[in-house]
Amino acid sequence: MVKISRRNFIKASGVAAAGLGLSQLGFDLSPIESYAAELKIKGAKETTHICCYCSVSCGQIAHVSNGKLINFEGDPDHPISEGALCAKGASLYQLHDNQHRLKKVRYRAPYSAKWKEVSWEWALEKIARNIKKSRDASFMEKNAEGKVVNRTNGIASVGSAALDNEECYIYQQFLRGLGLVWIEHQARI
Amino acid sequence: MTNHYIDFRNADVILNMGSNVCENHPVSYKWIKAAQDRGAVFIHVDPRFTRTSAKADHYVPLRSGTDIAFLGGMIKYILDNDLIQREYVVNYTNASFIVGSKYDFMDGLFSGYDPVKRKYDKSHWAFETDENGIIKKDPTLQNPRCVYQLLKKHYARYDLDVVSQITGTPKENLLKVYQIYGSTGKPDRVGTELYAMGWTQHTVGTQNIRTMAIIQLLLGNMGMAGGGINALRGESNVQGSTDMALLFHIISAYNPTPQAKHKDLATYNGMNTPKTKEPMSANWWQNRPKYMVSYLKSMYGKAATKENDFGYDWHPKLDDGQNCSWLTLFDDMHKGRFTGFFAWGMNPACSGANANKVREGLTKLDWLVNVNLFENETGSFWYGPGMNPKKIKTEVFQLPCAAFMEKEGSLSNSGRWVQWRYKAVDPLGEAKPDGDIMLELYESVRKLYAKEGGKFPEPILNLKMDYATNGKFDAHKVAKEVNGYDLTTGKLVANFTKLKDDGTTSCGNWLYSGSYNEDGNMMARRDRSDPTGIGLYSKWAWCWPLNRRIIYNRASVDLNGNPWDSKRAVIRWDPAAGDGKGGWVGDVPDGGWPPMVNKEKTKLPFIMKPHGVASIFGPGLNEGPFPEHYEPLECPVERNLLSSQRINPAAKVFAGTMDQYLTCDPRYPFVCTTYRVTEHWQTGVLTRWLPWLLEAQPQLFVEMSKELGELKGIKNGDLVEVETARGKVKAVAIVTARWKPFNIAGQTVHQIGIPWHFGWRWPENKKFSRGGDSANLLTPNIGDANTMIPESKAFMANVRKIKSKG
Repeated sequence: MVKISRRNFIKASGVAAAGLGLSQLGFDLSPIESYAAELKIKGAKETTHICCYCSVSCGQIAHVSNGKLINFEGDPDHPISEGALCAKGASLYQLHDNQHRLKKVRYRAPYSAKWKEVSWEWALEKIARNIKKSRDASFMEKNAEGKVVNRTNGIASVGSAALDNEECYIYQQFLRGLGLVWIEHQARI
Repeated sequence: MTNHYIDFRNADVILNMGSNVCENHPVSYKWIKAAQDRGAVFIHVDPRFTRTSAKADHYVPLRSGTDIAFLGGMIKYILDNDLIQREYVVNYTNASFIVGSKYDFMDGLFSGYDPVKRKYDKSHWAFETDENGIIKKDPTLQNPRCVYQLLKKHYARYDLDVVSQITGTPKENLLKVYQIYGSTGKPDRVGTELYAMGWTQHTVGTQNIRTMAIIQLLLGNMGMAGGGINALRGESNVQGSTDMALLFHIISAYNPTPQAKHKDLATYNGMNTPKTKEPMSANWWQNRPKYMVSYLKSMYGKAATKENDFGYDWHPKLDDGQNCSWLTLFDDMHKGRFTGFFAWGMNPACSGANANKVREGLTKLDWLVNVNLFENETGSFWYGPGMNPKKIKTEVFQLPCAAFMEKEGSLSNSGRWVQWRYKAVDPLGEAKPDGDIMLELYESVRKLYAKEGGKFPEPILNLKMDYATNGKFDAHKVAKEVNGYDLTTGKLVANFTKLKDDGTTSCGNWLYSGSYNEDGNMMARRDRSDPTGIGLYSKWAWCWPLNRRIIYNRASVDLNGNPWDSKRAVIRWDPAAGDGKGGWVGDVPDGGWPPMVNKEKTKLPFIMKPHGVASIFGPGLNEGPFPEHYEPLECPVERNLLSSQRINPAAKVFAGTMDQYLTCDPRYPFVCTTYRVTEHWQTGVLTRWLPWLLEAQPQLFVEMSKELGELKGIKNGDLVEVETARGKVKAVAIVTARWKPFNIAGQTVHQIGIPWHFGWRWPENKKFSRGGDSANLLTPNIGDANTMIPESKAFMANVRKIKSKG
């Protein structure tokens, strides 16, 4: 298998584009073609990523300019994907640049028919209060057989394989710290 | 996965059964193609002809839910024709073990069955031991009570005729697959199997995979480059989230969750740490106490001391034998047993089997916290179809979280590669990284308990949650805690071999120990060198355990430490290495002990198994030590052609008003299965909102054969309704040659299929011009007898036309 680094890949693409221009138009457009090809990501900050969908873990590169995501593409240096992406992976730019993304905390009161925007502080306070109430009301120190179990029976959690490992670790720590045993996620379904 | 994605290229035969690799893991096909280019044979066994089938050298159909019959027939073929890799089977598996006299099998039931409890007493399946407690063996494999002979007897019934009648697969197709795959029993030929939810989402899911594992062991394909059993997992980090124990039955890297009977840490360790009398077994789980104490030190920090049993009492415990898995959780929710619920990065209103029951369950909560990037059918359940907000009490908090490119951290792919990704941009609007939400929420709860007290506040107040830097979640700090520290020096431990059970080390997850040590963040490595030449890329990122890229790799060599196949050596014993003492070269071996010929110092290769060898006979599973064919809970046949047991005798059946099942019922005559398309993912919550993807796949469809279309008067593009005993959905009909009716014991059986990516919330669903609802409104809430994964791949349905294509 031919090994091609990302830099060489870009160079190779540039040569191909220049060749096309030359043969079709009869004069050399290569400096203009190359400039056009590079302009979009020129000077942009690069970071490497792994796709969030299936478990193949295709490599990706983000280009950021002035704090804005301007390009998201396959990483040719990644040994598994070698720059390739499927339809989902190739659409990931729209996961960030998307008018439908939730941008505010929303709250739905009991029996209400609509969402209300609220602050993080208000929501976290109220959730914490709910957790304490549910936990204190359902906490079981000893089970029916008199054995110590020290668990919270009244709260359950599902999620998530969409979290990073470090988040999964502290999420389970948080839940088990609260005494939860009803902890499940995508791996069960 | 035992192996990894690039390793597909090393196989001689690739069997894709139980998944649709080209459509659901598209980029990985390049490594199958690389194998095909080398002359490898690619086989796809699936109820439906897909784009994977189109790329395969052989496509072979089978009816959903009959994989054990299909593979049981392969076991019979391999044994009848003596295609096994004998040296491997005798030395590295339990084929030679003598099974005790209480074991028996008759008419679909193993010995020890209690029909009232629908449970087995597994002591009936124990091995016979000598006066020293060592298992009796017959390396000649002749003893009629040895595993090999019992295996032969068990599968003698799976002949081509009966298998073909059950599966609907023509006999010549069965024979073709058996011949091709059976050829990999030669030491220099290797076969691999790729599966996914097509195998797990059945009442016999675990045993589907076990059947293939038995085949791989008989043929000597485990531990080999181009071999193994490879689960193509469906989520980018479902491997990591499982390792991190976001499941009820395990804590930190596959230690069992403490139960009431484990009254203290010593009892927990005593009852859970496997013991063996086998002299050559490494029995790696004997280290469990070290991992447990180090985990508790990570959970509770300095507050965990020897005097307080390292905080063991603070850790929640299950009742003995309590099952809190998904289906039970939503059954309990439906019974109103929870007041609070987190759906964090999940959309159970669409992903849960029998989704109507899930959605109704949500109405019985006091509060729901839903964390996601987009609005979804779970957070918005209260205004979904059939819901009246005025009657629903549930308080809902919808918290906006960051997308992956808006934060930093690691994730683990199916091949156990743990890779680091960086932050590119800030989250949108007020969205926050999940890690920050967790830390802030914990802090809010902690403050309440610190100020007001409450029930048993110790575990909350003592939780070691010091993972912020400048007030923000710091993934590096967590990754280091997950790796573990030597608490006497404050330095990161090199790996899990340094962990201790005396409280002088901490480690959040022993399997990840070595991922972020004093040499740095190993997960962030980007070195493309591949000195073995077999595509291990050992310096690209990091892989658990200990950066071992192919697990069970000491089974890839013979007793002298020479590779079974020198062209694709994973490891090799080099007598000259280590200043003449000898040493392994290649991948990180499963332990550094010398080869098997050195009986004094060696250890058997399957180090996680108490007896050191792989299990052809598996006495730990709930429905028996050998896989047996049972029909799905809902099936098109009145009886199981192999025995009087129609369904898995150990599967748990729920019996509430929402738990409806109908089998062999004329109202639901067609087998139905669920699947995915390339353009969407899971419930669609991270794909339906992306305009490019929605344009490519805008709405729910149901696929059926041309024969069924004719029978039901349905044409391509018609609007139809698909219905089961539990629910119905509208879908556009795709009438296609990709489905063919099955001949099941002389009867024509039709099967239909439906993707599960859609939901009522988005796209807008007026008059079904776009969108549709979840296919899980149709699926049954019965689970596998071991894992409780729902049987979403085989159930009974009807389909009827609503409107011709307009």
